[in-house]
Amino acid sequence: MPKFSFTEKKDTRSGFGAGLSELGKKNDQVVALCADLTGSLKMDVFQKEHPDRFFQIGIAEANMMGIAAGLTIGGKIPFTGTFANFSTGRVYDQIRQSIAYSGKNVKICASHAGLTLGEDGATHQILEDIGLMKMLPGMVVINPCDYNQTKAATIAIADYNGPVYLRFGRPAVPNFTDSNQKFEIGKAITLNEGKDVSIFATGHLVWKAIEAIDELEKQGISAELINIHTIKPLDETAVINSVKKTKCVVTAEEHQQNGGLGDSIAQLLSRHNPAPIEFVAVNDSFGESGTPDQLMVKYGLDSKDIVAKAIKAIARKNQ
Amino acid sequence: MSSINELANICSQVRRDIVRMVHAVNSGHPGGSLGCTEYFVALYFNIMKHRPQPFNMDGTGEDVFFLSNGHISPVFYSVLARSGYFDVKELATFRKLNSRLQGHPTTHEGLPGVRIASGSLGQGMSVAIGTALSKKLNNDSCTVYSLHGDGELQEGQIWEAAMYAAANKVDNLISTIDVNGQQIDGSTDNVLHMGDLKVKWHAFGWEVLACDGNNLEEIIATLKKAQTYKGKGKPIMILMQTAMGKGVDFMEGTHKWHGVAPNDEQLKQALSQLPETLRDY
Repeated sequence: MPKFSFTEKKDTRSGFGAGLSELGKKNDQVVALCADLTGSLKMDVFQKEHPDRFFQIGIAEANMMGIAAGLTIGGKIPFTGTFANFSTGRVYDQIRQSIAYSGKNVKICASHAGLTLGEDGATHQILEDIGLMKMLPGMVVINPCDYNQTKAATIAIADYNGPVYLRFGRPAVPNFTDSNQKFEIGKAITLNEGKDVSIFATGHLVWKAIEAIDELEKQGISAELINIHTIKPLDETAVINSVKKTKCVVTAEEHQQNGGLGDSIAQLLSRHNPAPIEFVAVNDSFGESGTPDQLMVKYGLDSKDIVAKAIKAIARKNQ
Repeated sequence: MSSINELANICSQVRRDIVRMVHAVNSGHPGGSLGCTEYFVALYFNIMKHRPQPFNMDGTGEDVFFLSNGHISPVFYSVLARSGYFDVKELATFRKLNSRLQGHPTTHEGLPGVRIASGSLGQGMSVAIGTALSKKLNNDSCTVYSLHGDGELQEGQIWEAAMYAAANKVDNLISTIDVNGQQIDGSTDNVLHMGDLKVKWHAFGWEVLACDGNNLEEIIATLKKAQTYKGKGKPIMILMQTAMGKGVDFMEGTHKWHGVAPNDEQLKQALSQLPETLRDY
């Protein structure tokens, strides 16, 4: 009996678009900027509803980040939209100086993150963005798992005063979380309680992990699954309490192993509660063209990879 | 409104502050600071409608200035202090540990008068455009000013910003380029020749003015003329000719004093050329 079900698949970027539209209606300080990807980011609804508060920047992401920083002076809450690659690596210094170090209330909203961007290939499949952004002092890093959660997160970050990186993706994925959920920044969500292994997953890997725990249960393994939608600040209490119980860990993310969620959790546990840890992540490699499903299998980010790593982590614990 | 004589006296004191600040920590950027002294004094003591205290980050209902070439922080700090944003005594903490007066300006330590961090070049024009747009959304008719180095124009982001501001009629922005023709490695013509700047800014759709930036009357007249172009559908650019190191004879007109502090003897020589018109900090 599967533990979670869904009625439809939806893309997380559409959750962002829906959240932005709702925000626009209730908060007139919210403004949106886009670098020639309005349709891809699903910002066209906001653009149509609030043309005076929408800024088409053109293909000039550095300028977009600076303009967003400037808009905060006067009380605006800017949401920038472009692909994750152009939201981070391309404009790292602009974010670092004009937004993070300057403490500006900019929401950097990034779509098409990771391998599931698919056929466009490695130039666009950024797998380093979480690491880049979590290193910046004061930057909040959020990677929600489905449409409903992305929508809720988009709305919630407008009420938080400070820079935020919101990461989401291109493909339709199971939409299984509550449509009326209240999103709490930094508050991990336990999806399944278990005693043999803790699985910490973020973004698209949360559904893969749900598939994995069903398979593990068939094999008689009780896996705890926690959705880490906020990578920074990390819900340290949730992580430590879970690992105290299970004593071994799998982390799962659509990102490089270096610098990702797994790094954050390993660092935390090494200080407080050392335990065997296995990483489901891209291992020091660029992606390539292919369908999202093919890529997730080839690069070891599938549910069966989570199952295998869970079994390995438990074996190491029992050595 | 202060008279030209009073403003000239402030300039002399600001130049004293600059050379004393960089001498005290044996680091910092006196060249561009000295060259832009008249511009800063004209802006803060004559042109801008601004409210030093209490400092308001949002700049609601006041003119706002952004320094994009953040390395000339000494002149910025001196003029902020002398116009009442903070006590002039704090100038003595420049570049020292636990100071609000960081090597390059920042909001991070809460120094009144600074609204954005700058230092990594090319970013300030985008920020200034953002605040100009914010003012339009807020129906705030005040002006946004920004200053940039000429060497800074080698950064690509400047031209992204230039294109955006013209295409979107950001006509409440008055930007100025400090055209001193010098950068760290030598003259701008030798390092990377930028061609005819007037033609370039015209071609990008800006209203372009030019002036001698070391002549107080001329810079004031030019800034006032620039204000008359506000609200006419174009961003406004002032190409301001200055001499790097202006006011200290052995520093003037050379890139060698871009980022070098005077020694004790050189400080003495510099100060002898700059009367103490207000009190030293």
